[in-house]
Amino acid sequence: MKADPKGVMTGAHFLDGDHACCEGALAAGCRFVAGYPITPSTEVVERIAARFPAVGGMFIQMEDEIASSIAIQGAVWAGAKAMTVTSGPGFSLMMEHIGLAAMLETPCVFVNVQRGGPSTGLPTLPGQADMMQARWGSHGDYEVIAFCPNSPQECFDLTIEAFNMAEIYRVPVMLMLDECVGHMTEKVVIPEADAIEIAERRFTGAKPGEYLPYETNGNWVPPMVKAGDGHYFHMTGLTHDERGYPVMNAEAQEKCVHRIVNKIRENADAIVRLREAEIEDADVVVVSYGITSRVALKAISMAQAEGIKVGHMRLVTAWPFPENRIRRLADQGKAFVMPELNYGQMYLELERVVQGRTRSLLVPHGGGTVHDPEVIYRKIKEAVQ
Amino acid sequence: MEPKNPVVDYLRMDRIPHIWCPGCGLGTVVNCFVRAIKTCDIPRDLISVVSGIGCTGRMAGYLKLDSFHTTHGRPIPFATGLKLANPKLKVIVCSGDGDLFSIGGNHFIHAARRNTDMTIICVNNFTYGMTGGQVTPTTPIEAIASTTPYGNTEEPFNLSHLAESAGAVYVARWTTFHVRQLIKSIKEAVQKSGFSFVEIISPCPTLYGRRNKLGDGLEMMRAFKEKSTVRNGADTREVGLDFKGGIVCGKFIDRERPTYLERYNERMTARLGASYKPYEGVL
Amino acid sequence: MAESKKSKEPRGKVFINSELCKGCGFCIEFCPTNVLEFSNTFNSKGYHPPAAARPENCTGCDLCGIYCPDFAIFGILMKAVA
Repeated sequence: MKADPKGVMTGAHFLDGDHACCEGALAAGCRFVAGYPITPSTEVVERIAARFPAVGGMFIQMEDEIASSIAIQGAVWAGAKAMTVTSGPGFSLMMEHIGLAAMLETPCVFVNVQRGGPSTGLPTLPGQADMMQARWGSHGDYEVIAFCPNSPQECFDLTIEAFNMAEIYRVPVMLMLDECVGHMTEKVVIPEADAIEIAERRFTGAKPGEYLPYETNGNWVPPMVKAGDGHYFHMTGLTHDERGYPVMNAEAQEKCVHRIVNKIRENADAIVRLREAEIEDADVVVVSYGITSRVALKAISMAQAEGIKVGHMRLVTAWPFPENRIRRLADQGKAFVMPELNYGQMYLELERVVQGRTRSLLVPHGGGTVHDPEVIYRKIKEAVQ
Repeated sequence: MEPKNPVVDYLRMDRIPHIWCPGCGLGTVVNCFVRAIKTCDIPRDLISVVSGIGCTGRMAGYLKLDSFHTTHGRPIPFATGLKLANPKLKVIVCSGDGDLFSIGGNHFIHAARRNTDMTIICVNNFTYGMTGGQVTPTTPIEAIASTTPYGNTEEPFNLSHLAESAGAVYVARWTTFHVRQLIKSIKEAVQKSGFSFVEIISPCPTLYGRRNKLGDGLEMMRAFKEKSTVRNGADTREVGLDFKGGIVCGKFIDRERPTYLERYNERMTARLGASYKPYEGVL
Repeated sequence: MAESKKSKEPRGKVFINSELCKGCGFCIEFCPTNVLEFSNTFNSKGYHPPAAARPENCTGCDLCGIYCPDFAIFGILMKAVA
């Protein structure tokens, strides 16, 4: 299906990442947004509030992030495509409802424009320290998909991608911006609506009375319904069976968790998005994402100027983690350097996959600004020693 | 042919018997609820029921309607999303006193303030039944709960007054003894445009009645009968409840205010002019 | 007078699904014409379900049905049964 032209602001624009994210949501067909003001994400919802009335969308500023993160799910079960937008402290408040979305298999998008933390931290300055929270923040076992745009253009492109992935896999999808990317203004090219591919919601063909909400017929992802269509369906955050009814035993739990985890794990290769440069003959690969990937380029060119063979891998999706690709590169004996604006989060995944077979070095940073490329460069040199 | 119980068509009979204790009033509430919506002139397909967590939170799961058992305290914001994405839906929230007024209190006052078009049915049994009988924001002073073993010392909420103050357009209170009035009230509330609120005082014999020596469910029902007075239009400031005291019942508030969407569309039309197509849902 | 009332056809009838009953007694207590009593029998969960001890009094008002928290009883007008 192609995008609805009503929401697509075709043309070349000068936009910051937050505004580009808003335009991406509009192009993706998102027509319901609930949010609560929080720096540095507020510009997304401010633009949504201004843009939605003309396209038939509904924005509501809820009383808090807890409310926002479940209002969007109500909207989804009424048939809408929906998202909420926040930053660290608000993201913390949304955790329970990320779990609800995982459990009900509600397709929806959570945008987190990351700032420095913990707690109130650095509201106006960048961080990348919510990456593990995006993956593990809610209690229980589940999987999510997370994107890490590194430019306003990608904020537009990946917001569409995030909505599409949410529909295809019926998962909460995280869009993990950082303050730099959110507030950076660059050229954003928005294509014609018929050049934008949109994943439609897959609704059941079952007649009322025949639909079982979690009957998968051998597929990973069951089709949906919406309220008002006469199915009299039931949704519960409790462990449930095919009918959507609560079942309190280990067998039902196993079945439930097995599928909500493995529908992502088994499809990881189809979900993972990477941008790689000069990897094949590299001795060391710099793995980075978001704003840090742009800083890393400078460090890479400094090292390359000295003849060091350095490649670059950019995580466009952070979750699921590109295990297979990293493992293959480690098997080839390549070393890794990972700068990120935290004290080691995605790096823990890297280490887990590399398993000490080659050298993997973290370039930590507490956030508040970006890395000095010099520091990354020195780690690259250390990696090849 | 054996006649059929008039409510079973609206119940998920494959889940009955329900989990509620003998003498619990929740089944009576479900019974009255079904009878009320059966007589409403609203197509069944358009009714959605949203519950939070707790004993009353299980209500949605027994009703053969589009039904959502959400998270603790959050049925109102879920219902807000449901309603605003498709305003044709008639959205009814059924949840307990702890869910709606402790963990979910903020959502209640804001939905009432906005006058979001939805009905809130609060089953008030003065305790958290599901977790074993802890104190809630409606537990009367002196009453014993598992977390107030020497008696509650906190002033409880007067829910009717709270609802009125926050902006609800319809406010009524009944007990599970007042079944006929309750059916009528639920019907009125559901048909009312705007944020309507029905509080139902209900017996929890297992965890509230037993600890407070109020007897079994039947004895608690008898007490509701004896201690209640019906005062329609009563000043909600005067209908607060105390331990073993009288229970004022009735329809307290029935007034008109523009709903969230009415105000929204009015404002957008005024500001954006003819180019604005009044919002009727995202679909 | 009492004789003549008894000889009349009852106006209503109660239907009881004993297995759903949890023995709360609401229906017995609040029946306006005192039709119901606890029976001596047990259902499979060990509760005494109600029985229509005075079926001739039933008016088919269905108040038992409205009160019943377990959907185990309801009353119906004789007209409707026929």
